[in-house]
Amino acid sequence: MKPAGFEYHDPTTLSEATALLGRLGEDARVLAGGQSLVPLMNFRLARPAHLVDLNRVAELDFLSVEGGQLRIGAMIRQRTLERSEDAAAGWPLLREAAGFIGHVQIRNRGTVGGSLAHAFPSAELPVAMVTLEAALVLQGEGGERTVGAEDFFLGTMTTTLEPGELLREVRVPAPAARRGASFQEVSRRYGDFALAGAAALVTLDRDGTVAGARLTLTGSAPIRARDAETAVMGEKPSEALFREAARRAVAGIEQDSDMHASADYRRRACEALARRALAEAAQRAAAAMEDSP
Amino acid sequence: MPYIGSSVKRIEDVPLLRGIGKYVGDIRRPGMVHAAVLRSTRAHARLAAIDASAALKLPGVVGVLTAADMPGLKTIPMRTGQIDGLERSQQTPIATDRVRYVGEPVAVLVARDRYVAEDALELVEVTYEELPVVTDAHAAMGPDAPRLHDAVPRNVPADFEVERGDVKRALAECDLVIEETFETQRHGAVPLETRGLVAEFDETNGMLTVWGPTKMTHTNWRILSELSGIPQSAIHFIEPAVGGGFGGRGEFYPEDFLIPFAAKHFRQPVCWIEDRSENLKALNQSREQTYRMRLGLRKDGTVLAMDAEILFDMGGYTRTHGGVPIVASSAMLRGPLRIENYHCHAYCVLTNKTPVGTYRSPGRYEANFVRERLLDMAAHRLGLDPAELRRRNMIRPEEMPYDHGKTPYHYTIYDSGDLPGQLEAALDHMGYEELQQRCTDARAEGRAMGVGIGCFVETSGIGPWEYARVEVGNNGGVVLYCGINSVGQGIATALSQIVADEMCVSIDDVRVVHGDTAKVPYGNGSNASRSTVMGGSAAVGACRKVKDKLLRLASAELEIDAGDLELADGRISAKGAPERSLDFAALARLALPGPALAQGFTPGISEEDFFATDKRPFPYGVHVVLVEVDRETGMIEILDYLVMEDVGRKINPMIVEGQMAGGLAQGIGGALLEEFAYDEDGQPQSTSFMDYLMPTAMDVPQGQFISTEDFPSPHNPLGVKGAGEGGITAAGAALANAVSNALGVEITRLPLKPGYLLELVDAKDKP
Amino acid sequence: MSTRDITVRVNGAERHGEAEPRKLLSDFIRDDLGLTGTHVGCEHGVCGACTVLLNGDPVRSCLMFAVQANGAEIDTVEGLAPDADTLHPLQEKFQERHGLQCGFCTPGILLTARALLRENPHPGDTEIREWISGNLCRCTGYTNIVTAIREAAGLMSEEEAAAASAPRKD
Ligand SMILES: Cc1cc2nc3c(=O)[nH]c(=O)nc-3n(C[C@H](O)[C@H](O)[C@H](O)COP(=O)(O)OP(=O)(O)OC[C@H]3O[C@@H](n4cnc5c(N)ncnc54)[C@H](O)[C@@H]3O)c2cc1C
Ligand code: FES
Ligand code: FES
Repeated sequence: MKPAGFEYHDPTTLSEATALLGRLGEDARVLAGGQSLVPLMNFRLARPAHLVDLNRVAELDFLSVEGGQLRIGAMIRQRTLERSEDAAAGWPLLREAAGFIGHVQIRNRGTVGGSLAHAFPSAELPVAMVTLEAALVLQGEGGERTVGAEDFFLGTMTTTLEPGELLREVRVPAPAARRGASFQEVSRRYGDFALAGAAALVTLDRDGTVAGARLTLTGSAPIRARDAETAVMGEKPSEALFREAARRAVAGIEQDSDMHASADYRRRACEALARRALAEAAQRAAAAMEDSP
Repeated sequence: MPYIGSSVKRIEDVPLLRGIGKYVGDIRRPGMVHAAVLRSTRAHARLAAIDASAALKLPGVVGVLTAADMPGLKTIPMRTGQIDGLERSQQTPIATDRVRYVGEPVAVLVARDRYVAEDALELVEVTYEELPVVTDAHAAMGPDAPRLHDAVPRNVPADFEVERGDVKRALAECDLVIEETFETQRHGAVPLETRGLVAEFDETNGMLTVWGPTKMTHTNWRILSELSGIPQSAIHFIEPAVGGGFGGRGEFYPEDFLIPFAAKHFRQPVCWIEDRSENLKALNQSREQTYRMRLGLRKDGTVLAMDAEILFDMGGYTRTHGGVPIVASSAMLRGPLRIENYHCHAYCVLTNKTPVGTYRSPGRYEANFVRERLLDMAAHRLGLDPAELRRRNMIRPEEMPYDHGKTPYHYTIYDSGDLPGQLEAALDHMGYEELQQRCTDARAEGRAMGVGIGCFVETSGIGPWEYARVEVGNNGGVVLYCGINSVGQGIATALSQIVADEMCVSIDDVRVVHGDTAKVPYGNGSNASRSTVMGGSAAVGACRKVKDKLLRLASAELEIDAGDLELADGRISAKGAPERSLDFAALARLALPGPALAQGFTPGISEEDFFATDKRPFPYGVHVVLVEVDRETGMIEILDYLVMEDVGRKINPMIVEGQMAGGLAQGIGGALLEEFAYDEDGQPQSTSFMDYLMPTAMDVPQGQFISTEDFPSPHNPLGVKGAGEGGITAAGAALANAVSNALGVEITRLPLKPGYLLELVDAKDKP
Repeated sequence: MSTRDITVRVNGAERHGEAEPRKLLSDFIRDDLGLTGTHVGCEHGVCGACTVLLNGDPVRSCLMFAVQANGAEIDTVEGLAPDADTLHPLQEKFQERHGLQCGFCTPGILLTARALLRENPHPGDTEIREWISGNLCRCTGYTNIVTAIREAAGLMSEEEAAAASAPRKD
């Protein structure tokens, strides 16, 4: 299990990196935390001719709150995100989601950008970013473009990233007041990719009814559950309400089957987790309301 | 204070903790090159052509070997578990004209380093002519199934029956007969260190040295000699530090022939370190069995009869263990129960999957699952408490030794023990009734909590013999040379304790040498928890002879009758006159050839002994577990777990209980997570640790481990019964019972995957 | 294939080497630096046997190329003990509590535990288990490892307290 040979490039600036990517096109792969790419290379399931290592590009290594919005550089380590007090204050969903990724050693290297760009089925950060309506800034040699998280993920390990482009940063919109979040998942073994998962955000009105809801499920790409979101709008949170919303969330969704679980299992587990996520998010929103009505 | 029975720190630990222990992958030889094995990508195919010309052109490649380079290839023999007929399906070390599982060696590439060797692997072109594939044992026995070995009709190389009493008649008299089919999934030992070998051929003296063989060093030494034609005297095997065995590592595998062959062929030291993706296709797998069962009982819960048919999926070939797991299953399926009427028909079946071998508690883990599940099912139908049903059928202490009757290929006379007493002790310790109450209360709140029991009788310490030599060195230190092996279980510490006590010396003055064929002439290795039982007993024998010699030497020197001398604190002294004494170093000087010959002694202080037995001890015990299951997701949480086992005598309680804890984690892995799955084409699905799921620290509980020594074994001088397997053996049983109890369902197969549990819940909810 | 020069500080000492870009850091440490205490159990990031500290953080050395470590500080198990005759408290407790059997996972677990105790000198059992969940052990069932780490934490804070209360010489 040794990787095939490649040319190694370690640019120190973003423009150098994009220039390299522009020049090398499809022959090049970006190397971020390496926690997905290097295993694939060790199995020789990936054999890029060129690797453009972003680890020395300081411009991609930032995490800040600006104008209420959270900005995360692509090379921010998952562990940094998980431990960031700034991120946790406004976007606790991110801490919760990041905590489900592998193990400490993986999160010490794995990056936010890498997780999103890799777009592995049932990865947590893509689900969280769709739920939080994050915007992804993609940078090429010629310029940048911004894509909503929901549009970024196309399917198993496919995104709208073009050859020559890299993911530069993620912008997460400012949180609403009286909002609660919850990330729920089950995996066969601790730290593994989820068999099923659900992320929910619930915002309450002053009268305690649901003023806004977002619900996303794990799947080959994140599955935004619009029907469920609509179903809870304007309603008083209740077990029955969330049960019905969860039922709608999984109606007709596609899931994969493998040796660990059938598609049917994944749907059923998603349903249960969606209900729990909505309920917990609503509870947390209610608690937030008590803290600052 | 004697060392035996105390938790002395392990003598193995310090180098391992400092990172300076030398495992096979840490061995460096001058001029060493690296091998990679090209493995079949097809589950069943004819090998039409192998073209390595492109690989040979790659810079850094030393050479390529295929079957064509190895004229006169023989098949790897069985060292144990021989059942008539199995010899027709043995494996050659490299495929000759046909491959029968994905992962079968097809060629060996040798190159400057492993990177280049893997580059070269990709350049070899193999032309396969595909043959139909069969992956299911039941299907493989069918009339239309493809035949794997021409000489083996129906893909059944062997079958046999075990018979006691009259099952037919007894079943007719039963009030309740439970008929059920059970399945246990393929999984295996998978030690954290993969396999590996370094082989070096010294042209100047014709010696072939191999680092890496373990577990069965001496057996493999003989097998390599037989397969290669090199005499044993020209082969030297050295066991390095070993990263776990559990039954899987150390058998004679194809690579154990190929790598020494390559070293001799290329006249360069060759290193082969298996990578994990090879390991999950090439290491012996285990545990895949299907049971068709009938259990007959009277209304009062008395078990009258058991009738079993077992299919043992062997994969593509018969390997070195032959039928060990199925022999054990068929013999031990009755476990702690007194069953007067028993019948079992066992079938060995070949399929296009990786060949199988043993895994810790081979055959028993599976059988315990089946029997303990059946007992719970019977208890439910009869309205009895599962513990009560067991009480009524367990062999009582006054029935010991208990003879299960004639069993082919297996010794089944239990030596000693109080099985029901152990069950009571375990239930008391856990507060069985309170646990049941807790479960009832939880269920009232809609939570699925359950308690499960798994009782077991293990078998260990298999003979037929073991070798030991004890020597007193010039500094007075005691050295034990023993034919057992170390696979990481702490055997050197345990043996040192035994020798130190026997010789009345400090443990710091004892050294243990094993796994080196130049220093130890004979051995039977480490398997089936035999090392302490057999190695320890042989060591005791050799020590006693050495003591006798020391006394004779001292007697001659001090001119005191041997009967008036005593051994204490590393010296021999006159009783009542301790100033007249000799220490071991002085005695060693007296044993030098000059003085010894002058006194009429054979020079040296070195005595050999063999411990031989055709009997086996039977450790036994109980697992009790409390679980909670998420009814909606099928996720299982283990809330508490007790393993209790009587091991006859504890040489080192810390090591015994460490074995129990380690075994339990593996048992939990087997019950919940681990599986070698194959698709219909025989392609393995579990070829990485992302799919072969060994439990992490978050998946296993802290657990409670209690070892007792209430009933020493009468079969060896130490009274030990072996302690390696009690932690794992009833884990599938106890967990399946607990989860069944929690969900109110009847589990009939392992592993307890979440989807399976939801199916059972559905089936129960839908009337 | 062209090679690159690599300079790293390993266990406090500067080391140089030369490697193809594709050489994994684990292989570089084992083969080029000769520090074979760092073990390799899977080469795809799951087992944790190859764990080293990279600038103080535990990482998988099988999921990094050696070139990427150029200029970094690396700690391996060989550097854990203060000297050749003394064990680190973690090592001491692993021996005392039987936290190892075959020892193959041990270097990785010791380093993970080292990093944990730096971050939280008094972790609870669940936190210990979460941290070492990235290190598979096939032998011990983890029970004694958890105990050993917990007790080493106690021992280390006692030692620190003793050092702090000892009269200062300078
Ligand atoms: C044992 C183990 C368990 C894991 N468990 C989980 C888990 O439970 N959940 C989970 O989500 N992940 C898990 N992971 C994967 C981990 O989260 C990875 O870190 C992540 O998927 C990829 O991030 P990375 O920074 O390591 O990217 P890399 O591995 O370096 O790259 C991954 C891919 O993304 C591309 N890429 C990376 N960064 C960029 C960028 N800025 N712009 C464009 N393309 C880019 C690369 O070219 C490559 O194709 C696990 C990994 C391991 C080894
Ligand atoms: S060898 Fe690196 S994680 Fe297994
Ligand atoms: S001690 Fe053997 S793997 Fe942990």
